[in-house]
Amino acid sequence: MGDYVRQMPHQGSQDLARPPSAAMRFHIDVPLLLLLLALTGYGLFVLYSASGQSMPAVVRQGRFFLVAYVVMILGAQISLQRFMRWAPWLYVAGTGTLVAVILVGVGAKGAQRWLEIGGFRFQPSEIMKLVVPMAVAWFLAERILPPRFLAIVTALGLIGLPAVLILAQPDLGTALLIAASGLFVLFMAGISWRYISGAALLAAASAWPVWVFVLKDYQKQRIVTMLDPQSDKLGAGWNIIQSKTAIGSGGWQGKGWMKGTQSQLDFLPESHTDFIIAVLAEEHGMRGVLILMSLYLLILLRGFWIGIGAQTSFGRMMAGSLTLTFFVYIFVNMGMVAGLLPVVGVPLPLVSAGGTSVVTLMAGFGLLMAISTEQRMVAR
Amino acid sequence: MPKYIALKDPYRESRIYSARTVTAVILVLGLLGIVLARYYTLQITEYEIYRTESERNRVQLQPLPPKRGLIYDRNGVLLADNRPSYILSVVRERVDDLDATLTQLQELVPIADGDLEKFHQKLARSRPYEAVPLRFRLTEKERATLAVNRYRLPGVVVEAQLLRHYPHGTLFSHALGYVGRINEREAAQLDASDYRGTFHVGKTGVEKYYEDILHGDVGYQNVETNAHGRVLRVLERHNPAPGADLTLHLDIRVQRAAYAALGEQRGAVVAIDPRSGGVLALVSTPGFDTNLFVNGISAADYSALRDSPDVPLFNRAVQGQYPPGSTIKPMMGMAGLESGLVTPETTVPDPGWYRLPGDSRRYRDWILRIRGTGHAPQVDLNMAIAESCDVYFYDLARRLTIDRMHDYLQPFGLGQRTGVDTTNERPGVLPSTRWKRAAMAQTWYPGETLSAGIGQGYMLATPMQLAMAASVLASRGERHTPRLLQAIDGRPLVAPPLDPLVAAQQNWQAIYAGMHEVVHGKRGTAKQLAQGIQYEMAGKTGTAQVIGIAQNAVYNEDEVAERNRHHGLFIAFAPYAQPTIAVAVIVENGGGSSAASPIARKVIDTWLLGEARSDG
Repeated sequence: MGDYVRQMPHQGSQDLARPPSAAMRFHIDVPLLLLLLALTGYGLFVLYSASGQSMPAVVRQGRFFLVAYVVMILGAQISLQRFMRWAPWLYVAGTGTLVAVILVGVGAKGAQRWLEIGGFRFQPSEIMKLVVPMAVAWFLAERILPPRFLAIVTALGLIGLPAVLILAQPDLGTALLIAASGLFVLFMAGISWRYISGAALLAAASAWPVWVFVLKDYQKQRIVTMLDPQSDKLGAGWNIIQSKTAIGSGGWQGKGWMKGTQSQLDFLPESHTDFIIAVLAEEHGMRGVLILMSLYLLILLRGFWIGIGAQTSFGRMMAGSLTLTFFVYIFVNMGMVAGLLPVVGVPLPLVSAGGTSVVTLMAGFGLLMAISTEQRMVAR
Repeated sequence: MPKYIALKDPYRESRIYSARTVTAVILVLGLLGIVLARYYTLQITEYEIYRTESERNRVQLQPLPPKRGLIYDRNGVLLADNRPSYILSVVRERVDDLDATLTQLQELVPIADGDLEKFHQKLARSRPYEAVPLRFRLTEKERATLAVNRYRLPGVVVEAQLLRHYPHGTLFSHALGYVGRINEREAAQLDASDYRGTFHVGKTGVEKYYEDILHGDVGYQNVETNAHGRVLRVLERHNPAPGADLTLHLDIRVQRAAYAALGEQRGAVVAIDPRSGGVLALVSTPGFDTNLFVNGISAADYSALRDSPDVPLFNRAVQGQYPPGSTIKPMMGMAGLESGLVTPETTVPDPGWYRLPGDSRRYRDWILRIRGTGHAPQVDLNMAIAESCDVYFYDLARRLTIDRMHDYLQPFGLGQRTGVDTTNERPGVLPSTRWKRAAMAQTWYPGETLSAGIGQGYMLATPMQLAMAASVLASRGERHTPRLLQAIDGRPLVAPPLDPLVAAQQNWQAIYAGMHEVVHGKRGTAKQLAQGIQYEMAGKTGTAQVIGIAQNAVYNEDEVAERNRHHGLFIAFAPYAQPTIAVAVIVENGGGSSAASPIARKVIDTWLLGEARSDG
């Protein structure tokens, strides 16, 4: 038993001496909560300017945040064992709804992503962002880690099925995000570097056939536009040219809150949703970008830290996957707005206006808090 | 699988996990570093580039077209002004799908194919974010329709602009000319920056000749616009300099009298003030409504004008070249007197025809057909002018020879452009042996001299030239280049006169006496004009053959097709003692001078007596 205690994380052993605080009683990870509050607060501040000083837009987004925080806190109350028990059933139910979406889904912008039940619309693919890594983690947690070949193949099957269903909607962005979240679980499980490098080689080799046979014209166009925005100055290139102009013209200091000409004079498209980072960069300058990036980095590090302290493989793998998925949002969004990556519909997490992604992301943070709670419980 | 291998090792799993976390953190830091480096490049390294770019996005230099100068007649009557008109323009860069937008617009307001064509031409030359005009002169209803649909038409702009308007479009069609939309060829020639924002340019007449003065200088304003091209505020403004207002010598009363007198006939009237060379009237009929051209004439209207047998677009006053006929006889008389070949007392026998020595061909006098004989047994200069005796001038021409005739007639303004300040003037023909060699590579025949002596044959003159000749006669040799422009912005122009035609006073007097007889004499060829006249005038009739008449054939007006009838001409000046107006009139296929002379009388009446008195 003595040996076991020595394995305990240092901070956990400090907690032993104190009576349980309110935060502990409600399973709240205080550093994470504070970081999230700071991020969402800054997000609302930017949104007010980005939406053309629309208070209703801020109130609307604030309401989303309220719901999302409630979901997060509720999620934190559920024990990890319960999540693990639910994982396979959630997976079966989620995949079933994805099939339903294809059969009876509601279209929007040429893609079927929504399911309407009693006038309430929801997007099953959003929930799958949590369910897929959960199912993969559940599957691997039972097995010896690092996973063997057969386990890897099965896990890839678990990831592939919903990913293909979402791709069929078609929604390339979400399919890739979900596939990534599942693959992150495999990565954190310690899958051999041989497999990883093999997969990387395979991906590189299949790039050309994918370009020729899989990608649709509009998707190819996005990649071409990313590489050379001037090629389609007034069409798809317009967004990138305008967002780069917005970011670049912000300089170090920025033009000042609500004084960004690119965003305030409507040159910047999607300024309050996917391209909101350009508004921030224009009005708050590189300083603002650094502040935002620091908040993100601290959240990511906190996520990894929670993973390291987790007591079970399931918790560890979930923490790692959720953190890395959150990172993917940041990287893809900031990269695409700055012209590093092709334009895909990925919001800037917890800053872009919109409800669905906020709720999913915060549910993920609820799960992280549940993991961190488990760690402290065990420590007690 | 053996059971003992399947045991889970939590410590190993935790260690692997930690190692993977370290890898993940390194990966995350690396990728975020790349993103940050990108933002650093954009915001710090390339800051200047993007700042300029965003400034250019936001701030636009908008041209402010100058107000075109107004045109007045000598009485201050407005002949060309500017009226507000609404223009539909499109900013290419603000439009998502140009073809779709154009289709949408066509559903809302009528847009002619010509408009579209011009739009695309202009579009090809336009600068980024420039509003390119698509439709001019929107009606109240069209403006309302566009305003209602504005929200779904980004990049579509409706702007007010001043457009040229001619209150007396048809009356002054040839005197003023007109402005029209700048075409491709003109755009290449015009100063591109000065004409930014100007859509119209003078196409003909005074409007073209004085384009520089009328146009003014373009102004600019820096405006802040949003992405939809809507102007939010003006940051800086340099006002345009309006074009200068022109006052012309033209007198609307005289112009109207000439136009009314010509009526349905094809012809031209030019009236000049011999004291200054100022053009009092310049009429060519039929006219046309110049307002049609301001906004791009419709294809139907244009082909109607272009294909009309009456060629209304043809400015007969300066472009029409006619045989001057007997109207050159006073000038010929001056040549005879000045050369010393004749005196007022010199007489020539007139049997009604003339024959060159050693040639059997008879050169007939016009009177032969009417009386069967000549004007009188012996004809002197006074009678030769008054009764328009051909034989007298055949003889004079023969003795003068064609080259000396050319030299004596040239100072009257014949055979070269007068230099009047309008467009498309033609030089006419004042023949000489050199001219014939150059133009036709032929030698001169003596018989041709006789034809030239009565203003036929090769000789051609424009009504403007004849009016100038009448003006030189009226002012006793004082010569002025005919001028339409009297003053710029109220400041009168003083143009130095040309070298005068120096001649003995008694010679002028002798010619005047003959021209006086034309109107006031018992046997004058225009004696009907003297009826009820309140002043004295001098004139000379002329008839120009349109078709050649065979040696023994007889011209019968009733039998000849209308288009083959003789042109009627008349030149005159008045008042006789101190002339203030010199007039040239031509009536195409009028049959004879009697069609032209009453028109001159009405024009002079109006000038001397005023509008009300000229009706009688």
